[in-house]
Amino acid sequence: MSTSRNRLAEGGRIERTKTLAFTFNGRRYTGFEGDTLASALLANGVKALARSFKYHRPRGLYSAGVEEPNAVVQLENGARTRPNLQATEIELYDGLSAKSVNCWPSVEFDIGAINSLAARLLPAGFYYKTFMWPKSFWMTYEKVIRNAAGLGTAPKLPDPDTYDKMHEHADVLVVGGGPSGLAAALAAGRSGARVILADQEGELGGRMLSENETIDGKPAMQWVEDATRELTAMDDVRILTRTTAFGYYDQNYLGLLERRHINVARPLPHSSERLWRVRARQVVLATGAIERPLVFANNDRPGVMLAGALRSYVTRYGVSPGKKTVIFTNNDDAYRSALALDDAGISVAAVVDLRNDPDGPLVDAVRARDISVFDGWAITAVIGKMAVKAVEISELSADSENVSGPAKRIDCDVVGSSGGWNPVVHLHSQSGGKARFDETIQSFVPGPSVQKEQSAGACAGTFSLKDCLKSGHDVGKAAAKLAGFTPSRHKQPVADTVFEAPLQALWIVPSSNLDNRAKGFGAKHFVDIHSDVSVADIELAAREGYHSVEHVKRYTALGMGPDQGKTGNIPGMAVLGQALGQPIAEVGTTTFRPPFTPVTYGALAGRDIGEFSDPARKTAMHHWHEAAGALFEDVGQWKRPWYYPKPGETMQDALNRECLAARNAIGILDASTLGKIDIQGPDAAEFINRIYTNAWIKLGVGKCRYGLMLGEDAMVMDDGVTARLGDNHFHMTTTTGNAARVLGWLEEWLQTEWPELQVYCNSVTEYWSTMTICGPRAGDLMAEFTTDIDLDKEAFPFMSFREGTVGGIPARVFRISFTGELSYEINVPANMGLALWTALMNAGEKYGITPYGTETMHILRAEKGYIIVGQETDGTMTPLDLGMDWIVSKKKDFIGRRSLSRADCVREGRKQLVGLLTTNPAEVLPEGAQLVADLKPAPPMDMIGHVTSSYYSATLGRSIALAVVKDGRNRMGETIHAPMEDKTMDCEIVDPVFFDKEGSRIDG
Amino acid sequence: MFLINCPWCGERDEEEFAYGGEAHIVRPKDPDALNDEEWADYLFMRKNTKGNYLERWNHAHGCRRWFNMQRNTATHEFGAVYKIGEKPPK
Repeated sequence: MSTSRNRLAEGGRIERTKTLAFTFNGRRYTGFEGDTLASALLANGVKALARSFKYHRPRGLYSAGVEEPNAVVQLENGARTRPNLQATEIELYDGLSAKSVNCWPSVEFDIGAINSLAARLLPAGFYYKTFMWPKSFWMTYEKVIRNAAGLGTAPKLPDPDTYDKMHEHADVLVVGGGPSGLAAALAAGRSGARVILADQEGELGGRMLSENETIDGKPAMQWVEDATRELTAMDDVRILTRTTAFGYYDQNYLGLLERRHINVARPLPHSSERLWRVRARQVVLATGAIERPLVFANNDRPGVMLAGALRSYVTRYGVSPGKKTVIFTNNDDAYRSALALDDAGISVAAVVDLRNDPDGPLVDAVRARDISVFDGWAITAVIGKMAVKAVEISELSADSENVSGPAKRIDCDVVGSSGGWNPVVHLHSQSGGKARFDETIQSFVPGPSVQKEQSAGACAGTFSLKDCLKSGHDVGKAAAKLAGFTPSRHKQPVADTVFEAPLQALWIVPSSNLDNRAKGFGAKHFVDIHSDVSVADIELAAREGYHSVEHVKRYTALGMGPDQGKTGNIPGMAVLGQALGQPIAEVGTTTFRPPFTPVTYGALAGRDIGEFSDPARKTAMHHWHEAAGALFEDVGQWKRPWYYPKPGETMQDALNRECLAARNAIGILDASTLGKIDIQGPDAAEFINRIYTNAWIKLGVGKCRYGLMLGEDAMVMDDGVTARLGDNHFHMTTTTGNAARVLGWLEEWLQTEWPELQVYCNSVTEYWSTMTICGPRAGDLMAEFTTDIDLDKEAFPFMSFREGTVGGIPARVFRISFTGELSYEINVPANMGLALWTALMNAGEKYGITPYGTETMHILRAEKGYIIVGQETDGTMTPLDLGMDWIVSKKKDFIGRRSLSRADCVREGRKQLVGLLTTNPAEVLPEGAQLVADLKPAPPMDMIGHVTSSYYSATLGRSIALAVVKDGRNRMGETIHAPMEDKTMDCEIVDPVFFDKEGSRIDG
Repeated sequence: MFLINCPWCGERDEEEFAYGGEAHIVRPKDPDALNDEEWADYLFMRKNTKGNYLERWNHAHGCRRWFNMQRNTATHEFGAVYKIGEKPPK
């Protein structure tokens, strides 16, 4: 393609017959199948890809992998847009559209670059120092910073894709499909173990995709393909590509993210991403290594890249990173890049090696090609702003701390920098292992295993291909054996031995135009290129007293951002160590936390969204309520009818109508959601007696009693009515939202404290459909429906229950009331609920039967001063606070009794339940309103309580409220105030029972 | 996520379990014999050990049984799992 000016004539694992068109920052380009967005941009000669985080310096492609700090893009638009993706990790597809996240208004002209001129104003910790005062300005600052920092934009539309999860078990999980991982998977798979091999790339091979190596006498990628074929043929081996093991949790539990799409803009017939939750007996980490950059002046200019990335682009993608290259290294491996570039016909102007007299086959091979090797030299300046134009190199003093001669200029457009390789110890560290500093490779390697994991190959600090293969093979066998399998006798794969001389550490390369110790030195020596952290920033942090690496990280932003410091962390720790005069081993690493690379919220949520996020529980009468136009309220997981508006009615109109019907005719409530627990056993009465505050032993069969349950701290936990069905058989009801908690509470006491009690508890909530009919005509309707239950007030008194038939359906009928009216709570088998409900509605029409919802239920019970647990109580209310001393037995022990006499429970000034009547009867207090006795013109004021329930009562023709108020019972008749933003409501403290104080209506 | 060895059901994922805090807190036989401070000690005070800790777990979404387990709160290494009423391992 003519547009791809940097595409090599041949080579690379790309499909040159498949041209893909894409746009980047609004411009159109083409690439090939097999490209990443990064390689395609490089092939098109796009140099500046982004602006830096803080100084808005132009930045170009830096790497070829997950460590990429600069080429961070926003992929696609609209609902499927994805922010903060690394161009190196995006496989190119036709029609791709991406833009830089960090370059407003454009990469070429960036208004934020003014920061670059004002760099002295943006030192380490500048956020903390600059944006502190006044506090209210932070909102303004934040907006400006967010825009300038450009961290991508979250999609604003609902995600149209689906995500799913898989739960999997493995004998051996191998993370990484490079030579070590493949050798390990083969060794484990051949033993018959269940193996999962996961690799983040679309193709297995790892580093071999970027090298020209030989394994078992054949080209390395041929060996990779053979190994893949053998693994694929094994029944118990699962290969997951495009799958990143991002988190290592307790007991060998790992999270893997599989990307099942390449084109994120296109809808898929299946999930777009899949979260694998894998529990493995043994884990083999073969996660490889990431190259470490050298830290020199202006080492962030577009064109400065990692040396290993240069040969990745040449070998894997058939792309020339530039026309003329300088390699800057402290090790032998970078010489491979010089050779690969030279092989591809790309000019290598020089290899600049910090070491004196490097020696070995790789060095010799480079020298043999007439490539100049400057040993004992360093790059001491980079020339060019939007792109590298040249470098200055200088000979170093004997201690490497200064330049010792005049600088020499070499024109070039690409610099490949290598300071050695860092093992990817992230997962080992997440597993609880403590990484150890290795002097030879000047980096961290895995320490002793804490969980059942072993590292193999480069991530264990073993870099030569030959050793990686051996390490993978050995560790794979060992893991299989530990998982209980007998390893096969297959030989390990082999590669040639290539001698490499040790590297030489130099963490801060001197500069040709500034004295090493001069003020301002190091300001452009970038350590963390993503977060714009320089040597000077870290030294400043150290001078200001930040000595812990964790503090320096937070103060400077070292190692933060989407790349999480994959290139910058180790140099940063080394520079900090130098500033503090400590060896790196003592500086230590920051904590490696999941995820290794970003994970979408979609994948974490999976299918558990929308209606699947929480189950909805519906009663047997649910569809009737829907057809009647009910609006619903969520109570726990239950959908309860809230109220039933008729056409043209406001909410208050509907509530007034429902309330008056219940008081003057008949109301009917679906109470199926009440928790119901069946309690049986010879010790059932004794058990309930210990659970509730009142006495239960002598309750007669056929009787009901209201009970209050406390925590051991004497705070009200739940309430409800329990009926004695037989000597050893009780039916307990709980509040709708607390049913599971109460059952758990009963079980806890039975199992852990009173195992000697013979009692069995079972949830029977769903077994019964429950409906309550209440009101003066309820008895008339009831009489039409039963022949075998004597409804006479003496024969079937309040607070008792009868078994019989209602409308021909076997039923348990309770004469209990939450409204103060004559009430029958009818329980029938759940599947008969709708039939009975419908029959009651039809027959009740002549009495004016009216269905009511939870809101009317709340109003009716508030008129009677009945509490609702969770509304009048909040975990700090005792029965005495609620004025319910009458239900607290003085003669027996029960859970929470001792705490009732704790000093704090009997002190003066506790909040007590009271009623409130507003001075203006039409005003309804807002629930939650704070109450004050001494009204002041403005806050602060002493708050003495708050409104817990508040309604307009149609029965009383005025508003009513319940509240908890300090010493409320001693303040009866006092006027207090509820100050609000725009007005203050005055109210009088009254008794909490507003209606029928004498209880005259209970028998109809 | 922990893999917890329920003494009744075997190894299950942590999400099936509910945590029950420190084990072997004995409920005083005669609460009235205790002064407020002693009662508060039973009620509120827990060891919060860094290291080996004996604690209660409930297989809430499984067999609903309570049991005791030894767990190292720093390393999440698990020791003995034993039933309610059994003595902790030495």
